[in-house]
Amino acid sequence: MARAKIPRKSTSIDMTAMCDVAFLLLTFFILTTKFKPAEAVAVTPPNSVSDKAAPESDIVLITINAGGKVFLSLDNEEVKDNLANTLNTEKGLNLNVAAFRKAQFFGTSFSKLPAFLSLSEDQRTGDALPGIPCKDSTNNEMTEWLRLIKSAYMGKKMNLLVKGDNTSKYPSFKNVITAFKKNDLLKFQIITNPEAVPIGSELYRQAKAK
Amino acid sequence: MAELDTSSGSGRKKGPGVKKSKKMSTRVDLTPMVDLGFLLLTFFIFTTTMSLPTSMNLYLPKDTENPEEQNKIKDNSALTILLGNENNVFYYEGMLDNTNASTNFRASNFGTGEDGIRSVILKKKRSTDDKDFMVVIKPSDECSYKNVVDILDEMTINVVKRYAMVDISDVEVQLIKATEASQGK
Repeated sequence: MARAKIPRKSTSIDMTAMCDVAFLLLTFFILTTKFKPAEAVAVTPPNSVSDKAAPESDIVLITINAGGKVFLSLDNEEVKDNLANTLNTEKGLNLNVAAFRKAQFFGTSFSKLPAFLSLSEDQRTGDALPGIPCKDSTNNEMTEWLRLIKSAYMGKKMNLLVKGDNTSKYPSFKNVITAFKKNDLLKFQIITNPEAVPIGSELYRQAKAK
Repeated sequence: MAELDTSSGSGRKKGPGVKKSKKMSTRVDLTPMVDLGFLLLTFFIFTTTMSLPTSMNLYLPKDTENPEEQNKIKDNSALTILLGNENNVFYYEGMLDNTNASTNFRASNFGTGEDGIRSVILKKKRSTDDKDFMVVIKPSDECSYKNVVDILDEMTINVVKRYAMVDISDVEVQLIKATEASQGK
């Protein structure tokens, strides 16, 4: 009886399919990656069990750094333009509107704002700037900022966010809250890093029961 | 006879001196390309930030001058938490006055142990009527932002429905200072 001949197969595999998959995934990841812009104000936010994602548009972000300095940033360019114009007419600051629109954040008193806008991007760091003065009730410029922003948004919904550093002291946070209250802005969000719900706690049991 | 090679394109004939080109395989070894592809893929997977920041909502009460509009807390159903410096937590139940300051004013911490603030809140919550239970948070000027967020988070974890952040009084600041000094902190 003739032996069945097993044909010798080549060991090289067709790589085309694998290559296709690899590059498809690669393209996906390249396109979805958003590079985090280098933050001028470095802040490590605290953890919380909250699982709601932070809003990404129409934000008014107030950053409190480790030294307790307060910074403000806005993302809506239209609002920024409005705000710059109002600042020019109300306070006579003579601001460059284009530079104001481009600025990532603001961290000086109103009087020093024109000088701040003439600085280059990399000179604007949290350490070098004094922050928005909001230490006491007589010179709380944060209140003024928020009043102007509120009117610049013209009743549109804005997301008020507070992002504080772990080590910053409570008074600066309190001053920011006071500024909120004075403007009747009674709802805001605190930016945190996600954390697991402690096992066995009430919230854990509630979440499990659902 | 002399012949002119007039044909072009596909029907090319091999003239004298033209070497027959070897037919090359169209298959390319794709292994290095796959290697490169996966290398980049790994890089982008690792650098993509999957954990987006979350946010917790906080609602502030409206400041009111009129005392009649202010909510009154029932004397014994309230738990007041005070935040000192360096993660120190103090608490008292009900009202604090001169007669009970020494026994009612106690120290706690952010730990999960028996005297941790979580067990304190839970104990108080279980022993009080749900309608009346209220936590008052009084952060002192010395405490850090992290402590404030942690204690607010603790409210979420323990499902405390009513809580408020209130300014600390001078008496309480003195008590915190005295306690911290006696503990050598």
